[in-house]
Amino acid sequence: MSERIEKRIELKAPVSRVWRALTDYREFGEWFRVKLDGPFVAGQISRGQITYPGYEHLKWQAIVQKMEPERLFSFLWHHSFDPHADIFKEPTTLVEFRLEKIEAGTRLTLTESGFENLPENLRLEAFRRNDGGWTEQMKNIENHVRKAS
Amino acid sequence: MFEKRLSGGAAKRQRRAPVFAALGDETRLSLVAKLCGGQPRSISQLTRGSRLTRQAITKHLRVLERAGIVHSVRAGRESRFEFDPQPLVGIKEYLDVVSEQWDQALSRLKSFVETDGLE
Repeated sequence: MSERIEKRIELKAPVSRVWRALTDYREFGEWFRVKLDGPFVAGQISRGQITYPGYEHLKWQAIVQKMEPERLFSFLWHHSFDPHADIFKEPTTLVEFRLEKIEAGTRLTLTESGFENLPENLRLEAFRRNDGGWTEQMKNIENHVRKAS
Repeated sequence: MFEKRLSGGAAKRQRRAPVFAALGDETRLSLVAKLCGGQPRSISQLTRGSRLTRQAITKHLRVLERAGIVHSVRAGRESRFEFDPQPLVGIKEYLDVVSEQWDQALSRLKSFVETDGLE
């Protein structure tokens, strides 16, 4: 099984506009729901505080990988649910945004990969912290029990 | 055969119920969280730092045990409890949650760029 997420979405906005929404740290923060300390710079650490309701205690930290204007933006995202964790020691996933000009505007392809790096307890935490997680989890448990019996 | 399937369904429902009940409790969730690192722990270890008594913790552990979420293993003279999160939080289930979060984030991005995207 491929342990990655891939999403494709068409946006009715020019590539330049989408690029700015992805790479301007204030704009990124708006829709991603994170308050970043400063601009994204390739090869450098991006720090901030999550503003997503229910996750506000969490820090955001990523290492910007690639910034190829209007084409590719990627970063290594550190995952931790412990606000006191030494985030550099925490496992990362790779997040990539690819942009492509289409007639309607922009095709954006998002991939997140490297989930196999994340330990199980982090996954369990994700369910505990996630609002919808437990509802979802109940379904999973149900499915699991159904399969097992 | 049809009868067998029917009774099978009823049995499944009966087996599922304790799993739901077992996880629908703050204390038991916190016990699961303590055990989810993979290290089996004794009742004393699980009681430490908790406001609950050893007896109360034991009771909660038995509920989790009956539901099959934790198992007790002998370590010398004491019992230790261990939890295997794999069946409950396999990578697929985690990816479903993350995937849903990305759907939400991308839909916020969409409205964000489309409201002023015609400049």
